[in-house]
Order: sequence, then C-alpha cells, then structure tokens
Amino acid sequence: MSELLKVTIDGRSIEVPPGTTILQAARQLGGKYPPAMCYYSSLENTGGKCRVCLVKVAQASEANPRPMPKLVASCITRVENGMVVENETNQEVINARNGVVEFLLINHPLDCPVCDQAGECDLQNLSFDHGKENTRYEEGRREFDKIDIGPYVQLHMTRCILCYRCVYAAEQLTNQRVHGVLNRGDVSEISTYIKNAIDNDFSGNIIDVCPVGALTDKTYRFKQRVWFSKPFDAHRECSHCCGKTVLWLKGDNIIRVTARKNEFGEVEEFICNSCRFEKRDISDWIVEGPRKVDQESVIASNKYELPVISPAVNVDAKFVSE
Amino acid sequence: MSKKLLLEHVDKEGIQYIDTYIKFGGYASVTKALKSLSPDQVVEEVKTSGLRGRGGAGFPTGMKWSFLDKKSDKPKYLVCNADESEPGTFKDRYLMEKIPHLLIEGMIVSSFALNANTSYIYVRGEMMYVIKILERAIAEAYSKGYLGKNIMGSGYDLNLYVQPGGGAYICGEETALLESLEGKRGNPRNKPPFPAVWGLYGCPTVVNNVETIAAVPWIVNQGGAAYAAIGVGKSTGTKLISACGNINNPGVYEIELGLPVEEFIYSDNYCGGITNSRELKAVVPGGSSVPILPKDLILKTAAGDSRLMSYESLAEGGFVSGSMLGSGGFIVFDDQACIVRNLWNFTRFYHHESCGQCSPCREGTGWMEKVLHRIEYGHGKMTDIDLLVDVAKNIEGKTICPLGDAAAWPVASAIRHFRSEFEDHVRNPDSCLAKHLHGDFALAH
Repeated sequence: MSELLKVTIDGRSIEVPPGTTILQAARQLGGKYPPAMCYYSSLENTGGKCRVCLVKVAQASEANPRPMPKLVASCITRVENGMVVENETNQEVINARNGVVEFLLINHPLDCPVCDQAGECDLQNLSFDHGKENTRYEEGRREFDKIDIGPYVQLHMTRCILCYRCVYAAEQLTNQRVHGVLNRGDVSEISTYIKNAIDNDFSGNIIDVCPVGALTDKTYRFKQRVWFSKPFDAHRECSHCCGKTVLWLKGDNIIRVTARKNEFGEVEEFICNSCRFEKRDISDWIVEGPRKVDQESVIASNKYELPVISPAVNVDAKFVSE
Repeated sequence: MSKKLLLEHVDKEGIQYIDTYIKFGGYASVTKALKSLSPDQVVEEVKTSGLRGRGGAGFPTGMKWSFLDKKSDKPKYLVCNADESEPGTFKDRYLMEKIPHLLIEGMIVSSFALNANTSYIYVRGEMMYVIKILERAIAEAYSKGYLGKNIMGSGYDLNLYVQPGGGAYICGEETALLESLEGKRGNPRNKPPFPAVWGLYGCPTVVNNVETIAAVPWIVNQGGAAYAAIGVGKSTGTKLISACGNINNPGVYEIELGLPVEEFIYSDNYCGGITNSRELKAVVPGGSSVPILPKDLILKTAAGDSRLMSYESLAEGGFVSGSMLGSGGFIVFDDQACIVRNLWNFTRFYHHESCGQCSPCREGTGWMEKVLHRIEYGHGKMTDIDLLVDVAKNIEGKTICPLGDAAAWPVASAIRHFRSEFEDHVRNPDSCLAKHLHGDFALAH
C-alpha cells in the first residue's frame, strides 16, 4: 500500500492516500470544509468550474515549503505530503468566496420563497454564509422562459449557475446525452438541441445533481415545501437500478422520490426513472424507516420533537370576552 | 536595425514556394538535425538558446520540451498554436502568410526533437487564406521528401496536418486548443495534469506558438549559444512585434530583444513616431491582455532606467508600474485617444470571448463591460470606478485559465494610471475629447 500523505487544513492534520484532493481530505477531517457547487464525487471530471472551493496553499509540500502563488480550487488539487492549507482561516479565501458568490447571484435570483429547491439549495447556504444583503449589480439580468425538457423535467434557466453537473450526469449515466451547454460566456445556457426532450431511463438524476433549483421534478414541483414533508428511506427490487431511494411523504402519500444523498449532499447510487417517477404507491416500497437528517438542515424542521415548554399562565390576565 | 533571424528572406520574390525557400538556405536545419543530431541534442540546443515561448507567457521552450513524458509508451504530439486572435497581435499571421516554409521547417525539426510522428498546426478558422497557403506549402514539403515516411533516409516519419479552429479566442489557450482539436467544445482543462503529461488524446503533447517554432531552424543551424548571444539577459534572440495604433508605420517588425522602447516608437526603422506629430499618451506593449502604461512609464521604468523591449524590462515594477511583453502586440495611443472608450472596447472583446466555464470570468467580464459602457455613454457614477477595480480583483487569479487575468489586468491598470479620465467621464460625459474629434458614437442605451 502506498504511503499516506499528511495534510494540515486550518491547523488540523489528517493522513490521506495519494490522489486525494484537498476537498476530499477536508471532508474526511470534518468541521468546516470548502463549499462545492460544481464538484460531485460520484461523477468523473467534475470540479474546478464554480471556484467557490478556492483555498490558500500556504505550504505546497514538505519538500517545497513555498506557498502556491494563487488560490487553488480544492476540489481538483491533489494533496502533497506536508501540504498546509488555509480554508476558513484565511481572509483572502473568504474574500474570494464572497466575490464568487456575488458573481453567482448576478443571474440567480434569491427567490427562495418560491423556488422548489429552497431548503435543499447549496447556493442558498453559500449565500447565507458569504453573501451580502445588497448587490452592487445594476445591469440587466438574464431572462428565460421555463422549458419542459421531457415528460419529467422542467428547466428554469434563470436559476442555472452553469455548474455542468447535469451534463456530466447525463454523459455518464445515460446511453446518449441529449442536452448540454449552448453558447459562450454569460450567454451560455443549458439546453437540449432545439429544445428537444430528454427521455432516457436515468434522466431524473439531473434533477438530483443540480445544486440549485434550475432543474425541477415536474411530478413534485410546488406540491410541498421540503421541510413540511417527511423523508423515509425505502427500497424495492428494481432491474434497472439499485432501487434505494428516499420517499418524501405528505401524510401517507408519496409526493416525491429521490436518490439518497450523503452528508455532502451528493448521490452515491443513482436511480432510474421508474423508481423515481412511477412508483408512487406506498405498497411499491419496503420502507426502512425515517431518514436521518442533519439537525442543522432546514429539512430537520418539524422532524424532531422539541421539549414541550408549557406556557406560563398569567393569572392576573383579564378575560375581555364574556 | 536589428538583426533578422525570422524575416531575413521575407521580401525575397517567391519565398513562399519551396524551391526559392531552399535556394535561400531553407530546410538546412532538417538535414542537419535528422542526419547529424539526436533528438536530445536538438532539445539541448534549444535549452542553450534561452528561447522563450512567443505566444505570450514567455516560458522557456527547452524546459517545456524537457517536461514531455518521454517514458510514456503513448504517441507524442507537437501542436503549433496558430490561433492568434488577441487584439493588437498579428505577427504569426504575417509569418505564416509570407514565409510558410519557415514554420513547416520548424515543425519538422521540433517534432523530431520531441519524437513526435504526427503534428498539427491549429490555425484560427477565419484565416482560411493562411490555411490554404500552409496546405500548399505542406504538399510541397511532402513532394520534396521533407515530410512523410523515412524523411531523407533518416528513418524518421512525420505527418503534418493543418486544422482550422472554430474561431474562438479561448482556443488559443493551450488546453482549450487541445479540446477543440479533439473535436470538443473549446473549454480550457483544469491543470495539472499539464499537456506534457496528458495532452492531445491523453498523450504527451507540446503546444508551441508559431513564432517559437519558427525560431528553431535558426537555433539548430547556428547553435543555441549564437541565439543566446542576441538579446538581453533572459530575453534572448529576436521577437516579432506587431505595432499598431496612432503610429506612422504600423506593421510587423523583427527586433532584437533589448531595443529601447523609445527607439522602437520614434525610429523610422520601426514605428516612425506618433501620427500627426501628436504626443504619446499610452502604450499597451504586449497585446490587449497586458496592463497599459502611460507615456512616462513606457519610456522609462519607475526607477528612471530606459524601458527596453524585453520580458524583464517591460515587467519591471510589477503591475504597479510595469507591464508585460506578452505576445508583442504593441498598441500605441496618442494624446487624443480616449482610454475609457478603448478599455471598454477591450473589455467588450473579453466578455464576448469568455468560454463561460468558470463563474468569475463568465459573470465578471460581462459586468465590467456593462459598467464601462455606462461610464463611456454618460451614465456612470463615481462609485463605478472602485466597483470596476473590485470586480477585476475578484476575477484576477481566480479562474481556470488566464482569460480572466487578461480581462482584469487592462481594467485595473487603466484605472490605476488614468483614474482622472474615468472621473471626468462621470462628471462631464460630453467633454470626452475623442467624441468631439471622432463624433459622438451614440449607441442605444
């Protein structure tokens, strides 16, 4: 087995195998790891595009103790032995991240109250941590009509941050990718060729990998806020995929089915459209139990019983009604 | 006049044809390299010469070649970057058009040095006439036995192809060029791995600029030491400079590196002074992507030394009082030029040409362009000037490829050196001298 490499991130050290990126090491280390909008560990070649995971490498390696001249994207930069990384502890990193968030919010409205992704949105969390209350951007913004791309997916290009995740998902999960990035620069857009349909068996996964609310599930959109629904782990025998899903219930009705995401918000096993869109009867599934949700997540709202505090009764209060 | 290594025979009648080219000593380096030198010896000569990449970055060519993963059992490739499209830079086009066999000769010798049996010249698609010139010249080289199988009985095989590009500026970035050459969208790749390890089709690849490759025959013929003896310091040899703007003699000049900037601007051998005997106002010395310098800093460094046409001298003072030699696109502005308008024009270009892959470049270039447009057309605010500086700072060094820097540096430097002009545009938008002289280029707001 190859020798482990020691990396120190924000003063804490961990040993990782060669080939590990700074972001992966930081995730293993726990605590505050760099955010990532475009990197997706289960999809190959993702990362390096959104630039929110920039970190300062204060020491490149034990052999080369010099700092790297520029901030580097932690999701694609591999760890060297003795590397020292500054993430949350470096003001230059924080400033750069603030700047990137400002850029991303130019063409992504903070319309969380009406967005389907609210509560599950990486950009919402990122802008909460790094955003400003006002924007300095006064120019015109991009406008798009919503596009139905196939029977199950609707595209809200206004919210797209061009992370390319859906493109990689389609490229790597389906037989033939029929959507991609058109045009160049700030007029780039995700689209199918001449507004075609996406109708392959795994098309629903592009919804799961979208970090914002640009690709939405047409069977679910606007039916429920995520924090009012109840997630349950469930599975079924499926000849196309692993069949392991999360059922999102409203009362006893399944209102949405998604793949299971890990603690970094990434799907590890993708699911087919049949499981996602067609199996909506509880009898289709073997329910394993309530899904464990990070207590800090908005999804945790209404999912945990808080200690009941009896309201104090003001005995002196007068009842005005007779 | 500077010594000419590349353009020595450029004015000879019929030099674009192989017979004439051979008559003036052409292809001698192929004979010498393939018959009496090993590939490693050619690499050593190039290292000794100190030749730096002429595309803009100025990285030592011999060192770049030595990074090629020679242990790999995959094929090696040499790709010539002829996607020249930076505003102000037009020297490669001139070289390919006037003396195409020089590039082909350089490609053969360089490919031999790198053990590449297939090489490509990636030419910007708009330059179709150049592509035709090169294709004809390549056909001549095949017919004379300089290309193809067993070149001159040496046992070395080389096939050379010309590939038209899609016409995107970003395809001049070496990894985007490789993506484009592979038939994909021209988006830059994340580095590392560098092309020397993972290049064209995942194989070890060297990407060099036209002018860089064209310098190799002279180096092989005369020796690396002779080349290193020309120039100044680490800026060895000669450099093609494409000069344009408010000068009397715009054109492509071959200069010995180390020539004083003042001489280059005012000598009749080169730019011939400022048009209409106006005053010099500013110069962009290395193509539109490098920082602009005002008159006092382009003729002298901040320390008071004469500024020279060399990588080191032009960079002296860093980005506070220096600039870069870049690709040698020398753009001169006289005292009637509007810096705001010209900067807006540059930024418009980078906005249009951003590939859109990474967030700071995609969104930031457009933002800067829109703010500059507002200022130029009389709708700017005083806070816009600092906003531009801040946006440029948020782009610089944060992007996948150097296009972000290329867009940010001109903005930051123009405001640093000409802030009062921006303030005047905000206070008195109608007072812009350029508008009075050349008309109010009123556009729909």
